[in-house]
Amino acid sequence: MAASHYERHPSVATQDASGLEGRLHLMWKTEPGLLGWLSSVDHKEIGLRYIITAFAFLIAGGIEALVFRLQLSWANLKLLNPEQYDQLFTMHGMTMIFLYAGPILSGFSNYLWPLLLGARDMALPRLNAASYWIYLCAGIFLYAAFAIGFGPNAGWFNYVPLAARAYNNGPNIDMYALGMILLGISTTVGSINFIVTFLRLRCPGMSINRVPILIWGTLTASAANIFAIPAVSLAFFLLWMDRNLGTHFFDVTAGGSALLWQHLFWMFGHPWVYAIVLPAMGMVSDGLPVFCRRPLVGYTVVGLATIATMVLGFGVWVHHMFATGLPGISLSFFSAASIIIALPSAVGVFAWLATIWTGRPVFTTPFLFFASFIILFTIGGVSGYMTGSVPVDWQLTDTYFVVAHLHYVLIGINVFPVVGATYFWFPKFTGRMMDERLGRWNFWTMFIGFNLGFFPMHISGLLGMPRRIYTYSEGMGWDWLNLITTLGSLLFGIGVLIFVWNVMRSLKLGPPAGDNPWDASTLEWATSSPPPPYNFAVIPTVASRHPLWEDRLETGDPQQRSYTSAGLVLDHGREVLGTTPLDAEPNVILKMPADTLVPLYLALSLTLLTLGLALVNWWVVTVGAACTAASILAWLWPEAALGETAELRHE
Amino acid sequence: MSERIRLRGKLPVGAMDTRASGWWAMIFTVFTEASLFSYLLFSYYYLAVQPHLPGTFPEGGQPDLTLAVPNTLILLASSVAVGWAQLGIEHNNKWRLMLGLGVGAVLGIIFLGVQWVEWADKPFGLSSTPYSSLYYVITGFHMAHVIVGVLILLALTWWSAEGYFNARRFAHIHIGALYWHFVDAVWLAVFFTFYITPLLGLRA
Repeated sequence: MAASHYERHPSVATQDASGLEGRLHLMWKTEPGLLGWLSSVDHKEIGLRYIITAFAFLIAGGIEALVFRLQLSWANLKLLNPEQYDQLFTMHGMTMIFLYAGPILSGFSNYLWPLLLGARDMALPRLNAASYWIYLCAGIFLYAAFAIGFGPNAGWFNYVPLAARAYNNGPNIDMYALGMILLGISTTVGSINFIVTFLRLRCPGMSINRVPILIWGTLTASAANIFAIPAVSLAFFLLWMDRNLGTHFFDVTAGGSALLWQHLFWMFGHPWVYAIVLPAMGMVSDGLPVFCRRPLVGYTVVGLATIATMVLGFGVWVHHMFATGLPGISLSFFSAASIIIALPSAVGVFAWLATIWTGRPVFTTPFLFFASFIILFTIGGVSGYMTGSVPVDWQLTDTYFVVAHLHYVLIGINVFPVVGATYFWFPKFTGRMMDERLGRWNFWTMFIGFNLGFFPMHISGLLGMPRRIYTYSEGMGWDWLNLITTLGSLLFGIGVLIFVWNVMRSLKLGPPAGDNPWDASTLEWATSSPPPPYNFAVIPTVASRHPLWEDRLETGDPQQRSYTSAGLVLDHGREVLGTTPLDAEPNVILKMPADTLVPLYLALSLTLLTLGLALVNWWVVTVGAACTAASILAWLWPEAALGETAELRHE
Repeated sequence: MSERIRLRGKLPVGAMDTRASGWWAMIFTVFTEASLFSYLLFSYYYLAVQPHLPGTFPEGGQPDLTLAVPNTLILLASSVAVGWAQLGIEHNNKWRLMLGLGVGAVLGIIFLGVQWVEWADKPFGLSSTPYSSLYYVITGFHMAHVIVGVLILLALTWWSAEGYFNARRFAHIHIGALYWHFVDAVWLAVFFTFYITPLLGLRA
């Protein structure tokens, strides 16, 4: 093994160097056919699969909501019986929070991260594929239980003792518990992938103060996930043990604690709330300025506020438990923390407003979605700030006021930015523009429908309507408010349908977009639409936050310009440039794996293992565990082509 | 133009030492695993401070240290062996690598055997009390991690025998060893919780 196998001096060329793109295409492309599709590790493929799957779950969760909104539209309706109602609202919450809100952002980040960073893939492409397959299996697992009539029925936060065996005897809760553990594995490995990609694959010159805010949002959320997800996975595992193997963690009659469930759940739950909004805020921070024709105001404080919000987000979980009889000192501490978190949250609001105020806004559909997000976030933030105060919370907890708050936060900060981001990045994904006229209809039906549907919930909550009741008596004064809510939710649903229609139609009929239709400033717009499998023919070199706006911004040293059309050539197989974590100085050429079925095998093995636990069948568990171990062993077997063994045979 | 882009020196190619992506992935895997054990021990302490009948927390009184202390030393010794193997391959010593990894795996298996004896000797079962549930689940979680770690060490020993590693290529060794050191270190937290805190007065 000669030293040349260990070291190389990559040459420099322009992206149109003869034969370069053709060679790279052969190395990086996903093979056609079903086998190629199943074994692809391309982050763009995986990102789009994430986005489409998460949208399918959004539609499913939306239909569930519309069904029980019909049930609630007037007093004493009998469209659903209580058990059906319980399963529907639990499935709705579980679907939206776990199967839509997190994965949709993983999808956008998976697609966009390597493009934003000037890289050719995520750092761990096979792990990326595994993350998607495990997510899909977990989603199918959870929905399979619902399809055969055993959907979870104790609310998405699944409090004991209601979720304990004594009060919930079917397999419903076991399926929910195990499906959530499986999903947790997907989220965890996906988060690790984002963190490693951030630390290792930023193109030369992209020091940490030059990355787009979306990167900060997803990075922060991912870091939070690796610390928070074990709490909920453990809580669900202990619950499964209590229900099936007779342990006493949550069993109050045997000396366990029901509140232990709430602590473990919300130690995860509250950080998760930020994990499913911070990347969406990041998309707005990057997308909105493009339509204001100027850079974001306050890049540094917005980045720092993102991190500060997340850090504080780990210290506020007890505000979900103010009414459980905890000591006053605990309530005071967590109330103060919950109110203080408004400060870093507000930094973003002022930054976005200042960007619009000092910019030259272009009122496109993405702009409308991004700008309306600021309004909805503010309303949701204020109602959250109100319930952060203990006496107010004691009045409002478990009423529709809280339902209004959480929907303003989750739809306002997740769905509106996501739809805006789809309009914004659809040209990059597909090479075609979405229809602006349909876009206006889409925006206004969703915006009016949303506010018509959810604003009256504040009032029904203040009038004392508790959440999670399947019907209510006449004469409570809630009828008209609920009818308006139902009509608003139907209008919102029509808005979502217009969106789906626009996507379908634009896929075929949208006008060609070109590389950079919005005249935006970041690296994803420097490559073609849709990007080639290798993203960039030569590795970009970056000298500012806005590599494509340097001519007009005239910031910094005119000698120091970003290069996207000339750069290092890495064409000895699938290769990416590894750079140092802070300054992004090149320090290694990383070999990237070929397409493989092993991630799919791993996902199926883990699903078999989970199924064995659901059936409490130790044979199935053993086979599942053995298949899991075999998949991992095959995956990690040292490969010469990846430069993992003493001999690098492929050169 | 190209002067700014062109690199001054050569770059290493492939999975080299701590520049391998897998090494970074393992660091964050350890973070998430450490969080898991933190939540497990949080559950222990949370339930420990609830009211209990006398003598039920810990169930059967102070746990016996006779086997636990030597077993802890065995696990720590396995980390030393693996560390010795890691230094070995950095000096291109394949036999020292295999010996260190193999001894690490054997010590891990001995640890599991002693833990099994500890389990069998307990006068209570999984579903006796909250304490007994905590004891079996938390030590069980740790044993599961030791089993995974032993499998990793055995695979690494096998691959070492195949001659996959030398003084330039040993990323797999460092990544697997990182997991093993974590499994050993987290035992100290489990040991302190179950065997020492009752002596410090955390009992009913």
